[in-house]
Amino acid sequence: MLYRENGQFKTSYRADAQILPVTQDRLLIGALLVFAFGIAPFIVSEYAFRAILIPFLILALAALGLNILVGYCGQISLGTGAFMAVGAYAAYNFQARIEGMPLIVSLLLGGVCSTVVGVMFGVPSLRIKGLYLAVATLAAQFFVDWAFLRIKWFTLDSASGAASVAGLKVAGIPIETPAAKYLFCLSFLTVFALLAKNLVRGAIGREWMAMRDMDVAASVIGIRPVYAKLTAFAVSSFIVGVAGALWAFVYLGSWEPAAFSIERSFQLLFMVIIGGLGSIMGSFFGAGFIVVLPIFLDQALPALGHALGINLDTAFVSHAVSMVYGALIVFFLIVEPHGLARLWSTAREKLRLWPFPH
Amino acid sequence: MKFKSLSVHAVVAAALCAVAAPAALAQAKEQFVPVLSYRTGPYAPNGVPWANGFVDYLKLTNARGGINGVKISFEECETGYDTGKSVECYERLKGKGASFVQPLSTGATFAITEKAPIDKIPLVSVGYGRSESQDGGVFKWNFPIAGTYWVASDAIMQAIAKKEGGWDKLKGKKIALVYHDSPFGKEPIPELTERSKLHGFELTLLPVTAPGVEQKSTWLQIRQSKPDYVVLWGWGVMNSTAIKEAQATGYPREKMYGVWWAGAEPDVKDVAEGAKGYNAVTMQHGAEPQSKLVKDMLAMVHGKGQGTGPKDEVGQVLYMRGAMSAMLGLEGVRSAQERFGKGKVMSGEQIRWGLENLNLTQAKLDGLGFAGVMRPISTSCMDHMGSSWARIHTWDGSAWKFTSEWLQADEQILKPLVKAQAEKYATEKKITRRTPEDCQS
Repeated sequence: MLYRENGQFKTSYRADAQILPVTQDRLLIGALLVFAFGIAPFIVSEYAFRAILIPFLILALAALGLNILVGYCGQISLGTGAFMAVGAYAAYNFQARIEGMPLIVSLLLGGVCSTVVGVMFGVPSLRIKGLYLAVATLAAQFFVDWAFLRIKWFTLDSASGAASVAGLKVAGIPIETPAAKYLFCLSFLTVFALLAKNLVRGAIGREWMAMRDMDVAASVIGIRPVYAKLTAFAVSSFIVGVAGALWAFVYLGSWEPAAFSIERSFQLLFMVIIGGLGSIMGSFFGAGFIVVLPIFLDQALPALGHALGINLDTAFVSHAVSMVYGALIVFFLIVEPHGLARLWSTAREKLRLWPFPH
Repeated sequence: MKFKSLSVHAVVAAALCAVAAPAALAQAKEQFVPVLSYRTGPYAPNGVPWANGFVDYLKLTNARGGINGVKISFEECETGYDTGKSVECYERLKGKGASFVQPLSTGATFAITEKAPIDKIPLVSVGYGRSESQDGGVFKWNFPIAGTYWVASDAIMQAIAKKEGGWDKLKGKKIALVYHDSPFGKEPIPELTERSKLHGFELTLLPVTAPGVEQKSTWLQIRQSKPDYVVLWGWGVMNSTAIKEAQATGYPREKMYGVWWAGAEPDVKDVAEGAKGYNAVTMQHGAEPQSKLVKDMLAMVHGKGQGTGPKDEVGQVLYMRGAMSAMLGLEGVRSAQERFGKGKVMSGEQIRWGLENLNLTQAKLDGLGFAGVMRPISTSCMDHMGSSWARIHTWDGSAWKFTSEWLQADEQILKPLVKAQAEKYATEKKITRRTPEDCQS
């Protein structure tokens, strides 16, 4: 009923091939964008911006990048943290070494450097597959961690090895307030999500998916594995690199290689798996689940204890959050192994038929 | 169906949050102190006593009648020694009117250094954080009160020089720095490098990957190169591992000097006898079970059943550290009240002034129960540290005992270092040095 498509006829190929063929979807996304850009900056608290929305947006962007590689092209990667780090440190070097470098250009150049490194570490994917590839990309993680920790040139010879940026500006407008930072990240995410969605719908996306589903068959019908796999690595690490640069510049402000450790790689991989492999929307769901849920639990549990008259110790809360969080991951994966995105499409399917399921 | 019940749960939980929130706001007349602590994770053995000391001191202040009648309220937030989580906690608690913030993590101090000036919250890092932030002309909001890592490393070098019988005896000696591979561990390197150039000893840098449970290769290197001294810059589980490895490789514990993060009971307890002779620098205090503060704490906080942790922990090194950290922050509030109005709740900006004009005389310290625990501290606009004294204490198998006189870090070494690094930060960040007029405000 809510999702009735009756009467929505497509009379041209163009109309049939649009991203959101159903009017309700278009309205929903439109309303979401209006809310995110137009209304949220005025009503959301500073805490929500800084602690929830900004990390959510940036990690959603990184998950989006990773999803292209893992979800669409089927190449498991454990080097996401490393590619983020390359993006962050490269952007930092461009920003700090070149006087008057525009912020957006250095972020994008960070992405370019990450692309180069990503393709380099993507080369082994031509020979090794599956879990073995995951282990090979792990090498990227360790190598990059080592490089940024040891090679002082990357951190401008700072004694502590920590890098920091301040006074971010785009076209003269300072990116200092939480709302400005939020809008900045949101714009990046919107543009990249749109680009990614169009890429995966196009010829190249189909090549990636063919590669993922069966590489031998794909090469038989004329898809070059070298091209398909390396472009997936390139696009993925570009987006991940930009996300890394944003994470360092906008969210942290001051960082050390530990911010992009192996745990970050795992976190992003879990986001993609929980959110839904091979789904742009899944990246958002996954990031939401992993970023927002622990913070929510962390605040809800003491409040719950308070309401019941028990004063909960912070250590207990922290352990309980891990337990509840773990249980929820297992729960969702059992209910829907294909991720939260699939859960959403099932719900949508039901809504289409509601109230008369057959 | 599952969806429905889930969303119902979510709504209930959200409603509970909403109910709990006004309760915190109702206490507006109180001075709110955010407590960033870690009671979980690999650094918990050290984080717990610190947090207990910190919280107990806040409770003790309330039991003593608050600061000129203003009671302290506080909320703890678990960071797990994770920078991202610390920043989240900081953001969460600052909305409640944070007086000052003490992150107890060098990584988090670096991150919050960028945020504090914008939020106007003083960042107090008692004995840790950025060493160059001593320079108040550049770091207006940072307060590394009562010592930095450079003070610590300089005190260690002085102790070693004394043991050898003079600075000139260090020529040609080999000193290895075994450090936690993070900004925290790298902090002493500039200072030690300076010393090694000056006195001609050879400094070997041996990084240990965090959290530091794997040190076999490091100690193999030590066994091969046989350094004359090992300076240990560790935290949490890394310390006890290092001491065990030293025991296993037969490296004399008497020749090991730890930073103050590596000189507390949890670091040596497990090894007990094996750690005998191991030295660590203390930023002023050590384990102080005899002090008046501890007696007050036992009587007024633990005696009333208000104690945060176990009773026997009161007076241990890190417990004292927590209490002293809380005290320095609260004394900043008191000193602000003296200028801006006694018995009022102070804002972050006012407390910043208070911390900058802190004058803790011996009489004041005695009154607070810190007699014999620490030396007087007096900060100024240009010097946010206020005191550069340290001592060395040694583990005798069952307790920490002081084994050195008071050592003062050498101004000649520190001053140019602080200035150079602070200038570098200022140019990178395009900060202009504060003018003398700004110092008055």
